[in-house]
Amino acid sequence: MSFVEYSDHIQDGDTAIIYLGHDSMMPVKVQHGAQTQTRYGAIRHSTDLIGKPYGSKVTCSKGGWVHVLHPTPELWTVTLPHRTQILYTTDIAMITMMLELRPGSIVCESGTGSGSLSHAILRTIAPTGHLHTVEFHQQRAEMAAQEFKEHRVDHLVTVRNQDVCKDGFGVVGVADAVFLDIPSPWEAVKHAKAAMKKQGGRVCSFSPCIEQVQRTCEALADQAFEEISTLEVLLRVHDVRTASLPLPDFGSDPTETSEKTAADSAPKQTNVTSQDHDAAPRDPGSHLGTSPSPPNPEPNGRNRENVSSRRF
Amino acid sequence: MADNGDDDSHCRIKEGDYVVLKRGDIFKAAQIQLKKKVIFEKQWIYLDNAVGHFYRTTFEIGSGGTLLLKTPKEMESSTAAKEAGADNRNIVDDGKSQKLTRDDIEMLKEQGLKGQEIIQQLIDNSSTFKDKTEYAQDKYIKKKKKKYENTVMILKPSCRILAMMYHGREPGKICHLRHDTLAQMLTLANIHAGSKVLVFETCSGLVLGAVMERMGGFGSVIQMYPGGEPLRPGVDSFGFPSHFRDMLHEFPICHVNALLTGTLNTKTKDPSIDSEKSVLTAKDVQQNKADVEQQGSPEEQSREASSVANTSDDQEKEDREKRKEAKAQERKAKQEEKRKKMAAAAALLDGRNADGLVIAGRFHPCPVLLGLLKFLAPSRPFVVYSQHKEPLIECYTKLKEVGGTVSLRLTDTWLRHYQVMPNRTHPLLLMSGGGGYLLSGTTVAVDHSKPAGSLRAEEPAPKRLKLTNTEG
Repeated sequence: MSFVEYSDHIQDGDTAIIYLGHDSMMPVKVQHGAQTQTRYGAIRHSTDLIGKPYGSKVTCSKGGWVHVLHPTPELWTVTLPHRTQILYTTDIAMITMMLELRPGSIVCESGTGSGSLSHAILRTIAPTGHLHTVEFHQQRAEMAAQEFKEHRVDHLVTVRNQDVCKDGFGVVGVADAVFLDIPSPWEAVKHAKAAMKKQGGRVCSFSPCIEQVQRTCEALADQAFEEISTLEVLLRVHDVRTASLPLPDFGSDPTETSEKTAADSAPKQTNVTSQDHDAAPRDPGSHLGTSPSPPNPEPNGRNRENVSSRRF
Repeated sequence: MADNGDDDSHCRIKEGDYVVLKRGDIFKAAQIQLKKKVIFEKQWIYLDNAVGHFYRTTFEIGSGGTLLLKTPKEMESSTAAKEAGADNRNIVDDGKSQKLTRDDIEMLKEQGLKGQEIIQQLIDNSSTFKDKTEYAQDKYIKKKKKKYENTVMILKPSCRILAMMYHGREPGKICHLRHDTLAQMLTLANIHAGSKVLVFETCSGLVLGAVMERMGGFGSVIQMYPGGEPLRPGVDSFGFPSHFRDMLHEFPICHVNALLTGTLNTKTKDPSIDSEKSVLTAKDVQQNKADVEQQGSPEEQSREASSVANTSDDQEKEDREKRKEAKAQERKAKQEEKRKKMAAAAALLDGRNADGLVIAGRFHPCPVLLGLLKFLAPSRPFVVYSQHKEPLIECYTKLKEVGGTVSLRLTDTWLRHYQVMPNRTHPLLLMSGGGGYLLSGTTVAVDHSKPAGSLRAEEPAPKRLKLTNTEG
């Protein structure tokens, strides 16, 4: 395993993602002799994980089961231990494209934070690119460096523990792209320019407040950056479920027999539900043998997914 | 860096390069060919002068469509008018504020005045300009600049630029795939160097090109194509180095079933290919006949003229035969190559260990997804694009039935641009719905305890009974 290269089988030292159900995943450092507790029981690494192919179903000690997934930057983003606020995949996708990242790109980033974006950048620029990432918080910088090593991407990244606003990125004239996610990005704009190749490159700054954006745009214009554009991407996640709406009772219609109306409306309703019929019986909770009714009242895709993966 | 000189050459425009022209928010892909006219924004341009300059250089279009380098001095707005009004209470729209008439402006243009100078003239001859607020003055200049400034920027193509270009110019050709949606696809499918990715698209090759860009020539891309030939006009616009071609493979989607059932035989001539070949040859023969007739007629005419002198009919026939033979040989070679390509692609697919799957286009995604997922290794991501949500809902439900996938998500993204200026910051526009929808997920190992599907089919039944029992 590596975050920049797929492999088929789980090995000692890998980081694997345990998929427990929709929106419920956890990362696991695979080690001989180690055990991981999940709500479906314990997973013994030596027998349950090592040597098994990624994507396998693993039966836990309590009889429940989980899937073990190969790590990707996207899975890591939703499972990583937070040391800071992180960037999520929707923004990361846009940043990667707008910065025109590709294999071979040299990228500067600050701050490293929890390394959510860093992993995505590394995935994209491997095997010939390099990431220079700057984090002024010593402990965070060390932990990020440690993680890069564990994830076998340390050959592609240099972590520097310094203040990017004061000391810059530690490199000059090499970057194709610069990314800023710091409280005062306008103070780092001149360093961003210095870090870039003399033929130019692309820069992106991520800010929650419009005042920060305003100041950054001014600083960018002052440093003769062109084609400045500000944008926001919003993700909408759709639940796939069947909705059946009750029909109002208009009372008896003297012109028609009431029997007929009832017959008319009934098949319509089943028609709507039929699409979902196969998924419907797999309601949550049933596999646990606890309660026959779903613990979560909303009959949405999330619940269904949860269960279909645990039935055997 | 030591190889700065080398770096430089990469950033300079060369003859034959594929480039993108940009003015305002409008893009157009073009190739740098000497003495060749390119039409852009209702103007003829010769790109000859761009050769040797850096990418992202802005040029002014001079008379006759030649490009003139724009000096940075000219880029700055020359309007030194510091006088400005506070509000518009005294500005009346009488239609007479501009003293220059249309004819005057046309004349200025004919005199070959630069855009900047025309704008200055317009400002000087506007009676209300000085009363306008500072912001209104800015806006006025900006508007005029857009109209009279004849500039074009030359960019290096990238998936960012081409996706924006396609969405702006020909959204129908890429099924209205907006660039932010494409960005999500590349990320959700974990496209990266060294992997083996399946692509099925009818988006002019934009998606294929985007995937190739992200793989940087490492690994392999297998394009599954419908019909007789893979169509990818957009891939050229990316201007990939030639070695990127080595990672690109193609496989006709009509042979997927044969490949899945193991009846596809690409080594020796198998019936399915033969039948396809014979159909093709029949078609080709017809085409060739037409070709020969078309080509032949002028030649024959000229020959006829000379034949009066010495050429015999026999020789003519011989010639024709020879030509036919050569064509047949060529066709054979082509077919052989096609067969080889398909065999290579089939060999790549046969392991059923592909690392990613990207589907986008006008075909119903459901059968495509269910068919192609079988080529993916377990624990690999896939992503399906559709302009409409409904087919993806169907896919979602079907995948739940079939199993073998987790983390299914049906999503779309909204994109909002902002105007950021001192005291004038506001959102620009909200795009929604039009950008299309994505269904993404991860494959997992299929459960071997129910290969016949018997367990699964049986299991829900009692539950259903129970449900009806409790309800009834």
